[in-house]
Amino acid sequence: MTKVSLEVNGKKVVKEIPDHTTLSVFLREILNLTGTHVGCDTSQCGACVVHVDGKSIKSCTALAADLNGSKITTIEGLVSNGKMHPMQEAFKKTHGLQCGFCTPGMVMSAIDLLNNKKNPSDKEIRDWLEGNICRCTGYQNIIAAVKEAATKM
Amino acid sequence: MKTFNYHSTKDVKEATKLASSSSAFLAGGMTTIPSMKLGLASYKDIIDIKRIKKLSGIKVSAKSVTIGSTTKHVEVANSKEVKKALPSLSALAEGIGDPQVRNRGTIGGSIANNDPSADYPSACIALNATIHTNNRKISADKFFTGMFETSLKKGELIEAIEFQIPEKSCYQKYPNPASRYAIVGVYVAKHKSGVNVAVTGAKSCVYNEKNISNALSKNFSASSIDNVVVSSSGINSDIHASAEYRANMVKVFAKKAVEAC
Repeated sequence: MTKVSLEVNGKKVVKEIPDHTTLSVFLREILNLTGTHVGCDTSQCGACVVHVDGKSIKSCTALAADLNGSKITTIEGLVSNGKMHPMQEAFKKTHGLQCGFCTPGMVMSAIDLLNNKKNPSDKEIRDWLEGNICRCTGYQNIIAAVKEAATKM
Repeated sequence: MKTFNYHSTKDVKEATKLASSSSAFLAGGMTTIPSMKLGLASYKDIIDIKRIKKLSGIKVSAKSVTIGSTTKHVEVANSKEVKKALPSLSALAEGIGDPQVRNRGTIGGSIANNDPSADYPSACIALNATIHTNNRKISADKFFTGMFETSLKKGELIEAIEFQIPEKSCYQKYPNPASRYAIVGVYVAKHKSGVNVAVTGAKSCVYNEKNISNALSKNFSASSIDNVVVSSSGINSDIHASAEYRANMVKVFAKKAVEAC
């Protein structure tokens, strides 16, 4: 067992966890933050993307113990004063989701893109979302959502 | 995933002291963690080396670029110094996997794993790299010994990779559309002493394609590759590409690289 201390969505969390606990398991099964989804569980699908110290990573392929002291933001942490994040609004407005399973990862990954680049081209958006798979194949509207959010963020 | 004892270490001495026949060093974990989940590997001790400060960072001199083993792909891709001194290397780093992999994955992890389709091993061969470990220096041509095999001894830790800056260089790959691993990748580097043509993805281990490098050493132009024969013997054949196709792609991507140098 290992003691970890993390800041998750602005709240300090201290837990004693088995050493092999991944961040995705920590979030979903220990903190009950089930907005972070687990699809492939082998870092290919991107449904589990969260931010660690502001950068997007796949939470299924990081050990919680290894992130001791980090600041984590999940999809649940995006709401501010009861209002959705501009990226969430944009996904809603452009119908950027169908079944919604990939959406938390898509949103977290796309926010990291816009934090790095303010007005990305279609190609840059597609290249960046390489690590996020949508099995409904709703990519056109996902690209539209990121472009829409770029005008608001 | 089977459980293990996780150790976060602060210096190389502590990390190597903990190493045993049932331990693994953990950097980005981009291969180690999925391998453990899939039951392909299990360890008693996982020794995290990411908090060892001296293992991370980039140093550029007139002759070489030295990258600490736990330096992430994103750091190499975005480094202004690397972009200026060795743009082919920052472009290679930018093409690895996806942004989340580049935010975690490390250069040392990539070469220690020596995946036959990984990008960085080709850079090591093309750029006459020297691999600095905690107790010796290994030249790249003696480092990669076979599929997922290197000359690292148990408990030996990569500290940095030193790349020689060539006169010209370029890396071109045909990426697997899903994983971005190289179906075939060719890193061409023209040094004063001659040309290296490092090929990844084509065989069970990265190698220097001597027929093409000899032709380019005599005449550094894409047309000098036209008449070179790349045999399909020993070349990988799988669902993505046949051996004959890959052998042809070695030439095609070598030409592309020379043209883009």
